[in-house]
Amino acid sequence: MVPLNWYILLSAAVFTIGVFGFLSRRNIIIMFMSIELMLNAVNISLISFSHYLQDMRGQILAFFVIAVAASEAAIGLAIVIALFRNKATAHVDDIHEMHG
Amino acid sequence: MISQLFFAYFAFAIVLLSVLVITRKNPVHSVLWMLLLFFHIASLYLFLNAEFMAAIQIIVYAGGILVLFLFVVLLMNIREELRISKFIGAWPTGFTFAAGLLVVITISVRSFVAGPQGKYTIDLIKKESNIKVLGKLLYTDFLFPFEVASLILLVAIVGAIVLAKKRVKS
Repeated sequence: MVPLNWYILLSAAVFTIGVFGFLSRRNIIIMFMSIELMLNAVNISLISFSHYLQDMRGQILAFFVIAVAASEAAIGLAIVIALFRNKATAHVDDIHEMHG
Repeated sequence: MISQLFFAYFAFAIVLLSVLVITRKNPVHSVLWMLLLFFHIASLYLFLNAEFMAAIQIIVYAGGILVLFLFVVLLMNIREELRISKFIGAWPTGFTFAAGLLVVITISVRSFVAGPQGKYTIDLIKKESNIKVLGKLLYTDFLFPFEVASLILLVAIVGAIVLAKKRVKS
């Protein structure tokens, strides 16, 4: 039997890797993928809590997290496409004119 | 013993693949490593008796979100992307912040006390199947959040179309 702490530490490790990727990459796609990484880390801990506390609410919460992640990715990538139309770059530091 | 070995493999692979995702220069490689990462996370869910979540992880994440990512990656100019440096100049700041966060979480996990056990024991789930239990709960106790989630998805569909469509010249 694997202790619950291992799952929490794995989740913490993936979350911090996501935080590091978000803070230190400037490619907008990779930044989005770091956000997905963080959401997945939270899902791992939610589902492990659900299993170890014998309560299904953790899985339900993870279900909603996945729904929100899907809509977030759709909206975010639509914004990226709208940005590409004005300026063909994926580097967020180059996108600094926000008029109209 | 064998379950711990399984967990060790999956934990190692998940951490390694996460590092690969954020350190690749070419975004296409990142997306493909992320695909492998999602399959590993889905296997971890199977390991935690969450079959439905494992299926959803593969269908929604690997089948939906990552394909969306791949579409957008193919729109952008990869050749320019390969020329500029990967990380920003101040990446040690981000690294320090992330490492500090990991240390804080590790310290706080040590004083974690598990709450009372719920009624969904493994025997009950085995008798009724995971999907049935989850569906019953989702359509009774969590009906309102479920409807709100459908509204969020509707907003996402409408918003994505409005944002990404070409502006009509009037």
